[in-house]
Amino acid sequence: MSNKVIYAIYNDDDILMDAVKQTRAAHHHIEEVFTPFPVHGLDKAMGLAPTRLAICAFLYGCVGLSFATWMMNYIMIEDWPQDIGGKPSFSYIENMPAFVPIMFELTVFFAAHLMVITFYMRSRLWPFKQAENPDVRTTDDHFLMEVAVRDNEEELISFFQSTGAVEVKVIDKH
Amino acid sequence: MYTFSSKLKTLSFILMAVGILGIGYGFYTAPKDIQEVEALLASESHGGHGEAKHEVSAEAGAAHDATESHNVAAADKKVEDSKVVMPVETDTAKVMNETTVAPVEVISKINREKHVVNAEEEHAEHLNHVLHQLQNKPWAAFYVACIFFMLVSLGVLAFYAIQQVAQAGWSPVLFRVMQGITSYLPVGSVIFFIILLLSGFHFNHLFVWLDPAVVAADKLIANKAGYLNFPFWIIRAAIFLIGWNLYQYYSRKNCLAQDEANDNLNYKKNFNISAIFLVFFIVTESIMSWDWIMSIDPHWFSTLFGWYVFSSFFVSGITVIALVTLYLKSKGLLEHVNTSHIHDLAKFMFGFSIFWTYLWFSQFVLIWYANIPEEVTYFITRIEIYNLPFFTAVAMNFIFPLLILINTDFKRITWVLVMAGVVMLLGHYLDFFLMIMPGTVGDRWFIGVSEIASILFFLGLFIFVVFTALTKSPLLPKRNPFIDESKHFHY
Repeated sequence: MSNKVIYAIYNDDDILMDAVKQTRAAHHHIEEVFTPFPVHGLDKAMGLAPTRLAICAFLYGCVGLSFATWMMNYIMIEDWPQDIGGKPSFSYIENMPAFVPIMFELTVFFAAHLMVITFYMRSRLWPFKQAENPDVRTTDDHFLMEVAVRDNEEELISFFQSTGAVEVKVIDKH
Repeated sequence: MYTFSSKLKTLSFILMAVGILGIGYGFYTAPKDIQEVEALLASESHGGHGEAKHEVSAEAGAAHDATESHNVAAADKKVEDSKVVMPVETDTAKVMNETTVAPVEVISKINREKHVVNAEEEHAEHLNHVLHQLQNKPWAAFYVACIFFMLVSLGVLAFYAIQQVAQAGWSPVLFRVMQGITSYLPVGSVIFFIILLLSGFHFNHLFVWLDPAVVAADKLIANKAGYLNFPFWIIRAAIFLIGWNLYQYYSRKNCLAQDEANDNLNYKKNFNISAIFLVFFIVTESIMSWDWIMSIDPHWFSTLFGWYVFSSFFVSGITVIALVTLYLKSKGLLEHVNTSHIHDLAKFMFGFSIFWTYLWFSQFVLIWYANIPEEVTYFITRIEIYNLPFFTAVAMNFIFPLLILINTDFKRITWVLVMAGVVMLLGHYLDFFLMIMPGTVGDRWFIGVSEIASILFFLGLFIFVVFTALTKSPLLPKRNPFIDESKHFHY
């Protein structure tokens, strides 16, 4: 069986939102939507699950805080507790205010960078990656909805034409 | 229109009545004179802790006796030496000898007597010190609660002015709630100003620099007398309070006039006076924090203190807006306020909690790190005598809201917000407690009848004034240019 998809192309985000809602209501499976800019509320209309990136960031922040604490406790308190300008190096808590700027920065550093890297990995972005753009106009001023075709090709084409698409194409995908 | 529910009204009256009784009890049980303090200290020293203290002082006394006798012996020896040096044969020498010996003995006697007198003086001084602290206690408790509630409504006023000037699209549905809360400001200001006057007329010892005897004996304070003197201080206070109250009055008046107007003139007027108020506010707020809080410890100074005080009452003010909004919403009175408005308030609560912590820590770490004796005593007192409240305040004002309000979903759940808000308000009360108590009552602090009663009294008064004011005008501004956007705000 050939792997056919429909490309329904729109030139307005409001029309796209309506089309997405109609498509969902008609129980057609939306494979993907390509837009030139973030369309507010599109993820909700498509029924996408909310991101868990913030939870990741919180956990990464905890890792950063633990790392900073461990590092400075080892270096400043356990390994070589020198008297530097009268700072109390007898225990971590006694000298903690001096470590707080580093603890804070490392928390932010870990949270930010590891979250960004997580984002790249989850959305499969890296240098020299082959762009997956179905139509170059979607990076400029057009919106494209990709819907899988089973054996209802004619029905789908007429459906999308009725949703205000400026162009409806059937593509054989690989 | 909102009608003041009779239950809430009764509650506020009960709070005020209980508060007044407790405050009266606090003043009634405060010691009147030295004798009472002496009896109190004697009864305190019967406990195990007191006995240990006693032993130490007895030992110290013994050690003192030893050194004293040693001194006397040394003096005698000197006399003997002088005898040896002096020509023995002459009569005049004998006379001289006698004369020299006699004064030494007299001196040592005088010394001994003087020592007794010194110990007595020291004891009297200690008693006097404790007496002042204990007499300050009900005053300070009243003062902390009074300034806290007044500054909370001032914080709401500042937030309200910022919303006006920033032309915020989300908050106009909450303007009437904010105006209701700020209507406490005139009432709180009057009570607060009366306390300042009473301090100036020596009814209490809250501000040591208001005592001429202290200023005469203290060069550091005397040097600040050009700024810290009663007339200048009370005139500043009057100007600040009048300025804030004028803005409160006119901004509410214009907002109500805008409802009935055909153009946006009143709205524009409000925009202008809000901008002027914000400039006035940030200057006066800073000076206010020196005058009413930092001058409690007149030997100490900190440059970011004004901002620190601001962050504390600003976040409390936003929390109060959120709590009153949630209450009115739960009664079904704010139909256009949705969870997105609540979410925004919660974000402000979260953000300004972090801001408070940032300033708290910045002030603490700079002084801790440099450890300059003249600055660091401020924190040494707080960490040694107020250890538990000092660190509890950080936990309540930073760690708790950080962990609770970081979650987006939690920021929309009423009970989570109420819980976080109550903890934060208590935490910021504790913050003000820590600013004022160490300088007024020192190690005699306790969160007892006086403190709790003062909070209850002002809480009752606050509820009564705020909810009475809320009944005076519709809860939704009609012709605010941003009201439609605000009604449809969602996030």
